[in-house]
Parts: sequence; C-alpha cells; structure tokens
Amino acid sequence: MSTEVPDLQAIADRIVAQAAPGEQIEAYVSRGGETAIRIYEGEVEHFVSAQSEGVGIRVIREGRTGFAYAGTLEEAALAEVLRDARDNVEFGTVDEWAGLAAPDGVAQVAQEFWDDELAAWPTDGKIDVAKDLERRTLAADRRVRTEETNYDDGWGETAVATTTGIRESGRGNSCFVSVVTLADDGDETQTGFGFSVGDSPRDFDLDRAAREGADRATRLLGATKPASRRTTVVLDPYVTAQFVGVLSSALSGEQVAKGRSIFRERLGERVAAGCLTLVDDPTNPRAYTKTDIDGEGLAARRNVLIEDGVLRGFVHSSYSARRLATRSTGNATRGGYAGGPGTGCLAMQVRPGSRTQAELVATVGDGVLVQEVSGLHSGVNPVSGDFSTGASGLVIAGGALGAPIREFTIASTLQKMLLDVAEVGCDVDWLPMRAAGLSLVIHDVTLSGV
Amino acid sequence: MPPTISADASSLVAHDVLERVLARGRATGAAFAEVYVEDKRSTSAGLDDGKVEQVTSGRDRGAGIRVVAGDTTGFAHTSDLTERGLLAAADAAAAAAACGGGGVVQVTLGAVRRHPVNTVRLMPDEVGKARKVDLLRRVDAAARAVHGAIVQVSAGYGDSRKRILVANSDGVLAADEQVRTLLRVSVVASGDGGMQTGYDSMGRTIGFELFEAEDVEALARRAADQAVTKLSARPAPSGSMPVVIKCGSGGVLFHEACGHGLEADLVGKGASVYRGKVGETVASPLVTLVDDGTMKTEWGAIGIDDEGHPSQRNVLISDGVLTDYMWDYLRARKEGRAQSGNGRRQGYAHLPMVRMTNTFVLNGTATHDDIVRDTQRGVYVAKLGGGQVDTASGDFVFGMTEAYLIEGGRITEPLREGNLIGNGPQVLREIDLLGDDFAMGNPGTCGKDGQGVPVGDGQPTLRVRALTVGGTAA
Repeated sequence: MSTEVPDLQAIADRIVAQAAPGEQIEAYVSRGGETAIRIYEGEVEHFVSAQSEGVGIRVIREGRTGFAYAGTLEEAALAEVLRDARDNVEFGTVDEWAGLAAPDGVAQVAQEFWDDELAAWPTDGKIDVAKDLERRTLAADRRVRTEETNYDDGWGETAVATTTGIRESGRGNSCFVSVVTLADDGDETQTGFGFSVGDSPRDFDLDRAAREGADRATRLLGATKPASRRTTVVLDPYVTAQFVGVLSSALSGEQVAKGRSIFRERLGERVAAGCLTLVDDPTNPRAYTKTDIDGEGLAARRNVLIEDGVLRGFVHSSYSARRLATRSTGNATRGGYAGGPGTGCLAMQVRPGSRTQAELVATVGDGVLVQEVSGLHSGVNPVSGDFSTGASGLVIAGGALGAPIREFTIASTLQKMLLDVAEVGCDVDWLPMRAAGLSLVIHDVTLSGV
Repeated sequence: MPPTISADASSLVAHDVLERVLARGRATGAAFAEVYVEDKRSTSAGLDDGKVEQVTSGRDRGAGIRVVAGDTTGFAHTSDLTERGLLAAADAAAAAAACGGGGVVQVTLGAVRRHPVNTVRLMPDEVGKARKVDLLRRVDAAARAVHGAIVQVSAGYGDSRKRILVANSDGVLAADEQVRTLLRVSVVASGDGGMQTGYDSMGRTIGFELFEAEDVEALARRAADQAVTKLSARPAPSGSMPVVIKCGSGGVLFHEACGHGLEADLVGKGASVYRGKVGETVASPLVTLVDDGTMKTEWGAIGIDDEGHPSQRNVLISDGVLTDYMWDYLRARKEGRAQSGNGRRQGYAHLPMVRMTNTFVLNGTATHDDIVRDTQRGVYVAKLGGGQVDTASGDFVFGMTEAYLIEGGRITEPLREGNLIGNGPQVLREIDLLGDDFAMGNPGTCGKDGQGVPVGDGQPTLRVRALTVGGTAA
C-alpha cells in the first residue's frame, strides 16, 4: 500500500527515528471513523457518528519486548507511550527469536480498498437504505417482525514504520446492512438475520438480505428436538465458514512452535479427505478480509495449507518463522493499535467442488442440513480437537429437505471431521468473515437431542 | 459557585464545562443529553512458553455524548476532552438525533454523587511491574511442577484503573473509580491420546491486595490438574440425562438460560421468551435469581452504572416467580419506572444498554453429596466454559471444560469437553435439587451487541433433571 497517508506515516516515522543504538522500534498509527444507524419500526433508534485514533509502539532490546498504546495522537501522549514501551522492555524475558519483520522483497498485490462513492454517500441515504431493508423484510413474510435493522460503515487509515525498514500506510472503507428478525407462531418465536456487504451502498442486495432474514426465522417455526443418532451433515456455507475459521489457530505457525496445534509434526501427512484443499489468500479481491499487507507490514500472499487432503504448510509471522527456521508467509495478524501482532490465517477458502447444495442433499439421502451453529467458542477446543456445537437446521430424508429441527448438538473431533469430509459444494459465498463459505458434506457426526 | 468535585473527577472535565456541553447537546430541542467521561489506565503482561513475552501499558481516555430526542438517540465520542472537543461531539450527537425545535437550554448539575462499593488498598498503578511479572513466573513454575505431562503453560496478568464521570441534563452528576485485577492460566498436557487443556482464573474489583488473599500457585495447580485429568478422559455421552453442576462452576447457566432474557431492551422488543411473564412461574420454586452490582469485590461490582445510577441488588426471580427485569435509563423512562443500575457500556466509545452485573442463584437446602448420591446416571460438571443464547426462542448452549460421569450415585470417570444444550424456561423448571454450598464462579466477560463488560456469576451445586449433553458416546 506504500505511503498513501502522509501525515500518519510522518508520525510513525518520527517515533521510529527516536530509536537508540541497539533498539528496535515499531510504530503502528491509525485513525478511523464509523457511522452506525439502527432503525426500529420505521424510525431511527440510534445514530452513532464517531472518530477515533491511536498509536501502539513496540520496542525490542536485547531480545526483550515491551509494548504500550494510547487512544490519542496528541504529541505528549506519543512521548509517554514510547517511554512506557521502553520501560516495559525491562520486564520481558530474553527471547532469541524476538524481533521485527524486515522487508523480504515480496511484492504486494495491488487492490482497491477505498471507495470515493461511499465516502461521499449522504447521511439521509444511509438512513433510507436501512429503512428500506426493514420494509422489505417485513414485506417478505407476514409472520416476521424485526428486532433491529442496521446500516454500518467505517473507514480507517493506518501507517506502520520500523527500524528494520518497513514503511507502509494505506486507507480503506466499507459498509454493510443487516437485519435481525423474529418470526412468531402462537407462543413460539424464532430468530434469524440477513445482511449484505459492499464497497458502497450501491452494491447492497437488499432483496436477498430481506429474504434470508425472513427465511432464517420462519423456517425454524414448528421445529422439534430430534432424537440422538449418528448421521451425515451438510453444512450450510455460513456454518462451513465458521468451521473453517476454527482451524485458523491450529494452522498458526506460532501455535505449532509452542506445541498447541493438532497439526504439529504432521507436515506432508494426510490430515483431511482427498477432496479438501484449503488456502489462505488475502490477495483474492473477493475475500471480505482481503489485504495487501499483514499486521507487520509485509506483503500479504496466497498460501496453500492443505492440498488434496495433505498438510502442506502453516502460516507464519516473522516471529514464528524465525522460531521454525522458515520465512514469514505474511500472516501477522493485528487487532488495531492496542496490541502487538499475532500469527494466524487472514482469508481462508476451501477449494469449491462441482455440485450445488441441492445435489449434495440428494446424494446424502438421509441426514441433517445444519443451517446455524452456536457455542463454537465454548464447545470446540482447537488444542485437543474436541468438537461440540449447538445447532439447528432441516432434516434430510429421501434426498430432500424435510422438517425443521433445533436444540441439538453435533459432535466429533476436528481431526476426524476433516477426514470425514465426503464432498465440497460449488456454492462459494464470500461472507463477511475470515473464511469464505460453501456447502460441505461430513459423514459420521454424533447428533445429540432427545 | 458550582459545587466542588474532588480531585480525581475534576481532573477529567470541569463542572461548568459539563453544564455547557449538556446545554449544547439539548440546544436543538432534545429532551435528554448525557456526557460520559472515562480515563482508564491498564497494564497487562503475558507469559507463554516459559517466557514473559510482553508487558503492555495502555491509556484510554475520552468522552461519549448521548442526546435523546423522541425515540431517537444520537451518539458521538471524542478523545479530545477540551471544551472545544466536547462541544463538537455534543453538536455531532445532537445532529445525529436530528430533531427540530430549539431554543436556549440551561442545565444545572447537582453535587457529585459517589457510591463506592469497594475499598482498594494497593492501587495497581502504584505496584511495580516486576511484582506483576513475578506472579506469572510463579504460576508457570507451579503448573509445570504438577506433572511431567504438562507441556505448555500460558499465563496472563491484567489490571485496570478506570475513572468515570457521568453527567446528564436531568442534573445527575456521578463519579466512580473502578479497579480490576485479574490473573489467568491456561495449561496444555500431552499424553498417548493427544493433548488436553486446563484453565483457571481469578479476578476481583480490588487492587494488588488480591494476591495477598489468594494463592496463585493453587490456581496454577487447579488448571494443571484439570488438563492432566482430561488426558484419561473418555468421550462425553450423547443425549438427554440428569446433569449436576458444581457450586461456583456455572452461574453461566443462569446467565444464558434467563439472564439475557430478563434484559428490558430485549423484552421491550419482544425478543425474549420471558416477555409478559412478570408474576408468572418461570422456574422451579427452588430458584431465586438475583443480579447485584453492589456485591463487594466481585467481578461485576460497580459503584454506579455507566449512566450514573447507583448499582443495586435486584431480585429477578423469587421462589420460581418472575419478579422483574433489568433496566437502563431509556427503557425505564419508556415504562415510566425506576432504573435498576444495569445501564452499562464497554467504554466511552459505546452506547449504554441493559447489562447484567453479578448474577446468581441463592442457596437451597440439599448438600452436595446428597445431590450426587441421588443421581443414578448422569454428568457432573465441575467447570463450565462460555455460553450463548437465543433470547427469543430461549435455546442456549454452554460448554463444560471439566466434567465427570456419575454412575450409581458416585462421581467416576473424567469426560472430554463438549457443549450442553437446552431451552431456558424448560431447564429452569427442570432444576429439582439445589444445594446449600453457594459460591461465585470465575470472572467473566459478557458480550452483547459487540460490547464486552465484566460480569460475575454464582450458584450452589444443583441438578437439572434432564439436559442434552453434546458428546459423542452412546
């Protein structure tokens, strides 16, 4: 992204220029704004308009690391943050692998992150688009109410500089609309949601968001709790994206180096069914989490992680790469100015197969279409691989979709589920998540219900 | 002359400036304006793989300004606490609330109100970082000493000192200082069957004196024991069965099964399975559920909520009958009733909404051992993980991170992790035994609408007659 934001770049450069001999400094400076509009029953319930900025400074000296941040770019605060980060160095343990990233010659893949039309979109238009989504959702089905309809947009500018020669700055903006739905039938209420993402509001597909919001809530009306059994599941694209996202930590070079990955010491081995190929590719312009640089300022790149079922690689930041005597794959993650970089996947995608979800359902014959999962954070352990999640969806009987079911769990282990993948669908959906979605058929999971 | 605000709060924003900013917020005719000022300093330190990886110092300082006109809330925030910065934010919030009308408005604030719940003896920012880092080294050593199977330990220390000042156009002026200190440890054990994890944490709304009262080595050993025990665990069963939940392990059950559903914002939109049920029996008569922000030193304890209202003790369910919901300013105003001290927000950049504080179930009369003895076959959960709820349908899940089989009235073999799933109102009715051994659980962070706030939970040992266990074994 080079140096598109000169004033932030200048702040970062100025901090780094203060490095003492033998001291490594990284400055991460950012600024951003958001608009959040919530519509309820045709009126604006809230309108949030806000800007924020901040700086995070990492100092490394003799193998020890210190960090500090502040939610301001005032001159006095910058000096205090640098002082705190330097002071914090004293309390770290010497780590022979500690260090900053250095330019590695890998070229960035040019992409568009900024949309002038969104930046100029009038406020009234943003309110109108959310009101429009609420109207369309209510019109989609008479059993449907809305709990909230939201328009959200945000813009951000970031600059990073290091004593090792990294200097990058850039900016981006994006927007989305979403609706949370309720469907009633007597005493029973079920919930759903719909959303649409775009570079600007012109990209929104409001009809699809409204229809999905209405469908998700109404299709569960009358759902029953199924009997416990072993079964085949078809994961809806939205569920697959969450399932794939869980694998991010197991594929992190840092977790591998620290002995916390189910894939440790398994490079080159079969870890999944032959139909499964998984890549991390933030250079794909369709990925929601696309980026041209990683959290340390290195070029983002395409990395093959699992190829035809065989484990081919892990993702690395400069730290995990040094520990495992390899090169960074451009996979430093960063949550903003308030924290240092981590290591993880940036934009995961399973290679699509050739058949639609309907064709997969017909082939499965008897099983369950899982349309939603809950409690992934509480029932999935990426270290042990134990997998158990709440679920709802539709029964698959005789190769067709049948009655809705809810309040059950599906369970297996991550290791076994990867080997039990029977087929991958062709229905790629670029969801606003770290992984793209598509339908996935997995054999032999345990369904727990009545 | 305006009343004097004592040193801590007046250093944030002066009394007369607050009055002018509130008046500006209402200048376009809005009925209500509010300024929330926050100044937070935090320190955290992380140890992993035997090394103190990083000590972090943080400073978050700013103000959020809320303007309410009709049913519309406008909100803006700024990190610029000068009068100019605050007035600009007030203009932005008023414009966002976009109402007509107008005119000159005067706001007069009363004296600052304080309702401290805790006494902090050792302010965390007055304790040397070396002592904080040393805790991590002690935790690491203690965990590794438990068993040769322990292959990895990660530990985290965190403290924060947050001063808040809330002023609104009704004349409320309130200040609070909220101090939190936390230590957590996560352990990996490796055996023939793969790896297992153990976790434990301690946290209080006090300062560094926490570690005088609490044994950090014991915390580390508990996490290590949990991981080692699970190495020999068998897969959890699958299906509906009696579940005994140990005291202090799983207030999260109530947090998810009914806590969120009793938040007035969700109730008001008809998005709670408990809507319209006040006065009705919604739980077993054994259950009395309380949310109490005044519970000294507990993780969810606050002097005032983030709308300046004093925290209080609210009985939500009494002997199985729903008595009240939890309320914030907006929802209470709409219903013409009093707030309940549950208006909370993550920080100055966030709007307040209805949130829990410390949520717990009071003691029953059964003993722990009787409850286990009375259960022929089931699951005993010693430690719960997080959870998630769909408040409209009432369906919720929560994870079990340490659990055992109960066979013939005895706790037997350890089980691997999994989720449990149930429906809130049904599960509350299925509670058939309630113990006399009340204990609070681990410090928690509750997420709602993208905002995290610290909460506590607690409960005595109890039994749910039938709950679905999401394991893989027959």
